Amino acid sequence: MALLEVRNLRTTFKTEDGVVTAVNGLSFSLDAGQTLGIVGESGSGKSVTSLSIMRLIDRPGRIEAGEIFFDGRDLLKLGDEEMRRVRGHRIAMIFQDPMTSLNPVLTIGEQIAEVVRLHLGRNHREARETAIEMLRKVRIPSPEKRVDDYPHQFSGGMRQRAMIAMALSCNPQLLIADEPTTALDVTIQAQVLELMNELQRETGAAIILITHDLGVVAETCKDVLVMYGGNMVEYGSAKQIFAEPRMPYTQGLLASLPRLDAPANARLRPIPGQPPNLHRMPPGCAFAPRCAYRLDRCDQPVPVTDLGDGHSARCWRCTETLVPAGAAQ
Amino acid sequence: MSEEPLLEVTDLKKYFPVNAGVLGRHVADVKAVDGVSFSVGKGETLGLVGESGSGKTTIGRLVLKLLPATSGKIAFEGRDISDISARQTRELRRRMQIIFQDPYGSLNPRMTIGEIVSEPLAIHGIAKGRARQERTVELLRMVGLQSSHLNRYPNEFSGGQRQRVGIARALAVEPQFIVCDEPVSALDVSIQAQVLNLLEDLRERLGLTYLFISHDLSVVRHISTRVAVLYLGKIFEIADRSALYEHPLHPYTQALLAAIPVPDPAMQGTQQRVLLSGDVPTAIAPPSGCRFHPRCPFAFDRCSVEEPAMRDAGGGHMVACHAVENGTIR
Repeated sequence: MALLEVRNLRTTFKTEDGVVTAVNGLSFSLDAGQTLGIVGESGSGKSVTSLSIMRLIDRPGRIEAGEIFFDGRDLLKLGDEEMRRVRGHRIAMIFQDPMTSLNPVLTIGEQIAEVVRLHLGRNHREARETAIEMLRKVRIPSPEKRVDDYPHQFSGGMRQRAMIAMALSCNPQLLIADEPTTALDVTIQAQVLELMNELQRETGAAIILITHDLGVVAETCKDVLVMYGGNMVEYGSAKQIFAEPRMPYTQGLLASLPRLDAPANARLRPIPGQPPNLHRMPPGCAFAPRCAYRLDRCDQPVPVTDLGDGHSARCWRCTETLVPAGAAQ
Repeated sequence: MSEEPLLEVTDLKKYFPVNAGVLGRHVADVKAVDGVSFSVGKGETLGLVGESGSGKTTIGRLVLKLLPATSGKIAFEGRDISDISARQTRELRRRMQIIFQDPYGSLNPRMTIGEIVSEPLAIHGIAKGRARQERTVELLRMVGLQSSHLNRYPNEFSGGQRQRVGIARALAVEPQFIVCDEPVSALDVSIQAQVLNLLEDLRERLGLTYLFISHDLSVVRHISTRVAVLYLGKIFEIADRSALYEHPLHPYTQALLAAIPVPDPAMQGTQQRVLLSGDVPTAIAPPSGCRFHPRCPFAFDRCSVEEPAMRDAGGGHMVACHAVENGTIR
């Protein structure tokens, strides 16, 4: 059985200009120990998906429909108290900005210890020792001293490592990392990704890595879910997604990247048009207005096509060989 | 590179004072830019890469005289502009312009697109009345927008479209030289490619010269003819694009390039990764000698004592590193 199974998740937000559907009928599942990358641009619904799993959607947002089975139980049916026992313990989360997700008036050690005391029932002294141990694990130098530092005394990379230490302190079965390295410089990003990979191997936790950076996904994830306009448009192994993308959006995304391994003078092939406006979503495929291969029936809801080997795409034409040259502007 | 550089910067420094205590005494300096020299030839794009705190944005502002330099010389079209008057500075801005990173913060939300793009025409008295209107429409077309956008406000536009407005505004005065300060970092990947292509087309069509500032090495490689690598207010390496990316010499450049995740799972494990340990030190008290030495895998005694000078490693490939100089790195 899958560790996590999301079925028909629908999350909406009330705004001044009407109700916006940020996630629109998303389904996917994740096995224990699996690393899944969720890729998408701004407004694709990737962060709202993770917040929905954690049940951290607050008004004016609302989870309108769907089921989120975690370890056999529907998280959406749990009481608040039960959910609190899952959150931070069985499912942990790392956010993009470690400065705003750490409490500035508590020491790093107190914050990690709090989690451990709360969920594992350790006493103060034990919890402090766990905190030091976790900081050592994420390679904070002289952790027995730094445990008493405040977040502002840590650099950006160290803060993100402290967040990882906190998230892993209760041995979660699932770790959700929402753009964990976006705020970091590339040399620091490399350190943090390396660390996450290593800890994943060690603890066997499943990871959902949410990012806009295709390079980061290729380096960390075995499987990839591509989101556009609030729903999944393609799912497959990293190899399938990067080597044989079937959905025109995925193809366009890969073609528009300036890459270090491409000829330096090669002209970029951008996706024409603008990302969808969530207030005026097309009735069918959200990508249709920008798609070079659209058909009339793309204006109706499009089903997911199973392409075999765990690869699937939400596109009528995903079984055809599409000529990318036509996509160039 | 052509013989006569359009922009020449010599030993440029910018120190920001740090004041502390009730009396606000001057206790230290943040050495944001600490002795930087480079030149940009007409028609070329010099990429300026570096991590946060390397001083790349400060250099862009110094060159445009948006910030006064602490010391050093800036020459534009052969003329020293280090100590020019406010009036001369205004004139200078007809020749050099800037495109900012944040397409949300850099456009006045109360002005229409037409007002934003035509404002420089009014300030510099370039065109009036109908001519101004026509020129504004022409500018919008140039960046891929339409005349129907004239009376709309920035909030009706997406990030990519706003960045186009910012480009049209910069182009209004027909500058020769544009500082592009992280112009695509706030944009989604699919939109980023649109804007990069636009910048390239405009350079070709209008014969522009760019100083392109970015933390993204893939983007810089794509758009630049030459590239300078910055670290803590110093340039470590400058070379033609192909030399820098195919044969990086400075250990920092090598580590920086190796740290970029490649969007191809098939490449996993094939590339050798030099993982840098530690963080970028503070620019208030940069390390002695070569400021990279505490993180450098090649550092030896001399590196902590003596600051390496920029030397030509062959064919104009400039690098400041003792290990390169003594042949440890070739």
